[in-house]
Amino acid sequence: MSKSASPITQFYNCRILRDHKLVEDYLYVQDGKIIDPAKMFWEENRVPDVRIDCKGGIVSPGYIDVQLNGAYGFDFSNDTEIIQEAGLLLQGCTASRPDVYRKVLPYLGPREGSLENGAAILGAHVEGPFISPLKKGAHEEATLRTAKNGLADFDECYGLDNLRKNVAYVTMAPEVEGIMDSIPQLIEATGINISSGHSNASTAQANEAHKKGAKMVTHLFNAMAAFHQRDPGIIGLLGASESRPYYGIICDGVHVHPHSVMIAYYAHPTGACLVTDAMSAQCLPEGYYKLGNMDVDVHNGHVYIKGTNTIAGSIRHAGPFTGASKVEALENATLHPAQMLGITDRKGTLQFGADADVLERVFIGGTEVTEDNVKFHHNIQKEVAAN
Amino acid sequence: MLHAPAQYFSLASTSSSPPAERPFVIGLPTGASPIGVYKRLVNLYNDGKVSFKHVVSFNMDEYVGLPRDHPESYHSFMWNHLFKHIDIPPENVNILNGNADDLQEECQQYEDKIKSYGGIELFMGGIGPDGHIAFNEPGSSLQSRTRVKTLAYETILANARFFGGDVSKVPKLALTVGVGTVMDAREVVVIITGANKAIALAKCIEEGVNHMWTVSAIQTHPRSLVVCDDDATLELHVKTVRYFKSIEQVQDEMIGRENLEVLHRKQTGLGASI
Repeated sequence: MSKSASPITQFYNCRILRDHKLVEDYLYVQDGKIIDPAKMFWEENRVPDVRIDCKGGIVSPGYIDVQLNGAYGFDFSNDTEIIQEAGLLLQGCTASRPDVYRKVLPYLGPREGSLENGAAILGAHVEGPFISPLKKGAHEEATLRTAKNGLADFDECYGLDNLRKNVAYVTMAPEVEGIMDSIPQLIEATGINISSGHSNASTAQANEAHKKGAKMVTHLFNAMAAFHQRDPGIIGLLGASESRPYYGIICDGVHVHPHSVMIAYYAHPTGACLVTDAMSAQCLPEGYYKLGNMDVDVHNGHVYIKGTNTIAGSIRHAGPFTGASKVEALENATLHPAQMLGITDRKGTLQFGADADVLERVFIGGTEVTEDNVKFHHNIQKEVAAN
Repeated sequence: MLHAPAQYFSLASTSSSPPAERPFVIGLPTGASPIGVYKRLVNLYNDGKVSFKHVVSFNMDEYVGLPRDHPESYHSFMWNHLFKHIDIPPENVNILNGNADDLQEECQQYEDKIKSYGGIELFMGGIGPDGHIAFNEPGSSLQSRTRVKTLAYETILANARFFGGDVSKVPKLALTVGVGTVMDAREVVVIITGANKAIALAKCIEEGVNHMWTVSAIQTHPRSLVVCDDDATLELHVKTVRYFKSIEQVQDEMIGRENLEVLHRKQTGLGASI
């Protein structure tokens, strides 16, 4: 750590999530990074310039949502001009990755979070089109495809350079033609993470994909074969005796029954990642909206594909993880997603050197986010009103 | 019980620390004994009753060759138990540097720096089961000054628990203020608690001044105070315990408990607060 003259902020009167425990301690931030205060005191002979009273609250790393499609009327797949996670910041998502298609990838590359930009984008999570028509969820069937030409198909669809620069991970169905063999090639060529999802894969297929490098599972239980004792499908990976995948799971109490959440959690607690799968209708009043080319209906706090009972993305309720302790629930929204993406040196933890994106009050890079200083908040409200 | 030294410190410092130009200079120990005192001091600070802005501290000792950021270093101990919680300016904090190139020079500079502040006002200490104060192991000269000291085998064994039970990992050398350095302070407070310190307490106050029990040097100090709990008195004669308890009773009767702190500041000779 080089010496810096920048002001140092101390958070006090707080419980800090550190090493799987909530400890009463202080947190020190300088230049948007968490710093080692003993070094500050003994080597630089400095004390904090600013002190912030957390009033006994929990200080957690910023939440990372690895499954986010939009919010406040914006669809990350279509509204390329305004890709800012606006109100989400105020709800405490300080890093998220919208689910998008190729044309918008350049807008979703990694970006630092700030008061102007909102939550950091860690790169896009691309869901489709290399997924199974049998488990297409809210995707349009006509857009789905196979990868019989291997890497070339991925290049044609996303652009390999796009994957390298702008994409954090891709969800694909390993049983779709050409995918299984492409997994190691794709990882080698682009360095992206691969997640199994929107797939009807058998446990054998899912296991093979996992061994080939698909280290994640996209929204466990949703858009995959149901658990069957003879072949538990992708879900069966949680019972593997060797390496088990990280898995996103939607905990709104609707997408996945709380008991199912518990079963997954007890099977593999350190792989759990809370996701919202929130979409553009998030935070909007009841009524009819568009998700891509699909009409959706918002009522009772959930988004349904119009005229069906199919749920398309959850609204807001990344609720408490059933039965998990506070620490576990927080780590499911912070540490595990960061581990899954291999970025624990800067996100998902409060270790020295990590980015100072912290909750309960929301801070991005050490600067507090309030209703007043979030510059994009006002614009968003106006736009929403105009729509 | 541990309320007493903290209260004592706060009274001593607030009544004798006019701002900046004449800071209150205190000597501080590490170890199990002072932890409760530091907690009290932090509480007093949090309640706004005491400030360390104009306090200068000198620690008793530090291991040789242990990195500053090692969890068992006395720098780490002081940071975690006291300094990070209070408003003491870093430049006012002095701890011997066990990683200095020239250890003897480091010790001499420490003595000089204490002198430059006009000496230490209040030295607070704990003791080991063998009666050592700071790292002045049995056999240390009672006139000793700050210097390099080889740790006694007993001390190394006792400290192994802080180094994963591995005796080979315990530093064998330390820098420590001398018995003479401690006795030069205008007031000395020693905290002695627990049954394992009972023999040391008995040696400290019932027998003569003895360089094999270095803490016994406080018998000759004009303004010293031993703070102990009941367990620490197990090896004392009943009459000794009764005598010191009676001192408190007489004080109470004569001037009232609420005025005790005044007496603390004026008393001479050995006093025990139980």
